[in-house]
Amino acid sequence: MTAADSVVWLAVLLGGLGTFAIRGSFVFLYERLDVPELAERALRYVPAAVLAALVVPAVLTLGGTPVAETGLGPAEAARALLGSDRVLAAALAAVVAYYTEDVLATIVVGMGALLALGAL
Amino acid sequence: MFIGHAALAFALVGGVAIARGWTTERTLAIAVVAGAFAALPDVDMVYALVGVASIGAGGDALALAGAFWSTGNVVHRAITHSLVLAPPVAALAALRLRNGTVGIRAVSALVATVLVVNLRMVMYSASIAPHFREIAARWKALMAYLLTDQAYALSVTRFRETDVSRRGYYLGVAAPLWVVWQLCTLVGIVVGARVPAWLPLDFALPLVFLALLVPAIEDAGTAAAGLVGGTLATLGSGLPYELGLPLGAVCGVLAGLVAEPVGRVLREVVGR
Repeated sequence: MTAADSVVWLAVLLGGLGTFAIRGSFVFLYERLDVPELAERALRYVPAAVLAALVVPAVLTLGGTPVAETGLGPAEAARALLGSDRVLAAALAAVVAYYTEDVLATIVVGMGALLALGAL
Repeated sequence: MFIGHAALAFALVGGVAIARGWTTERTLAIAVVAGAFAALPDVDMVYALVGVASIGAGGDALALAGAFWSTGNVVHRAITHSLVLAPPVAALAALRLRNGTVGIRAVSALVATVLVVNLRMVMYSASIAPHFREIAARWKALMAYLLTDQAYALSVTRFRETDVSRRGYYLGVAAPLWVVWQLCTLVGIVVGARVPAWLPLDFALPLVFLALLVPAIEDAGTAAAGLVGGTLATLGSGLPYELGLPLGAVCGVLAGLVAEPVGRVLREVVGR
């Protein structure tokens, strides 16, 4: 094993232990901590906030570049995004998700729409 | 469903193994450890290090970056991974060129990025913890190991509505996800680089999250949380270490708290 190899293994190990600690943090600490009422209320907003923070930047891209990094002005960016296949496909998928609450149906319709729009 | 995610990581590992002429045993050993960590999504981006570390001394930084980008683009034109990976990998390439070894600083940057991307799991952990109070510590350790976005989102939604067994439901969701993840990882090793470029596999990932996001928005507070979280994460997508994600998430939760009373007032007005 070379020095570079051991650095790689170290990085994998550190990344793994770190994310395990992150995942376990409150699962283990919760009963030991006196969680204030405000924090408990805040937890209700975690799914919406985090999932939106994952989805929106992934959809709002132009040619694979996140819209914030394309250097376009707000108006230009909005116009480009409105015509983009990804945004249209995601909007359609969101409608499907709303009516069906079905993950598989959402993926199938979203992917199908993106492929169809790309073929047009 | 996770093929896009796992394919990138394992195409990298597999491609490198082939390119470098590793023995089957060595490739398998790395793949097994990599597989164990693949259940911790986003750790798999550390595998990119394997790729960079294995390029021979003859490779220059440009070739290295080019090879990396083309793999990323063909296999998984993913917003999440290619973006997260590119800056530390570029830094790594530059450092390697100078002294021929992988720099500690570049590795730290990569590990830091992995941890920042996973910071949202602190919020998942806190949000699901009240449901896990009665469960024994050894089970909690397993459940924390298996925590993914999907397992979290499905479980927390169900726990809010029903009295279903916490441990049973959560493990019933999280364990199959883990198994599928490993299997798709294997598929990724074998077929990853051959995924046709026209197939936008990377789009499946935001679609999964979208399918979980839509039902999570149920009133003014959650709508504000999603709006602010999504907007800030988008605006912050150029921030170092992928800080835009936790920034958007935290501000989104705060926005939810602020909008909560507004929503109550609105409901009363509409109700009258």
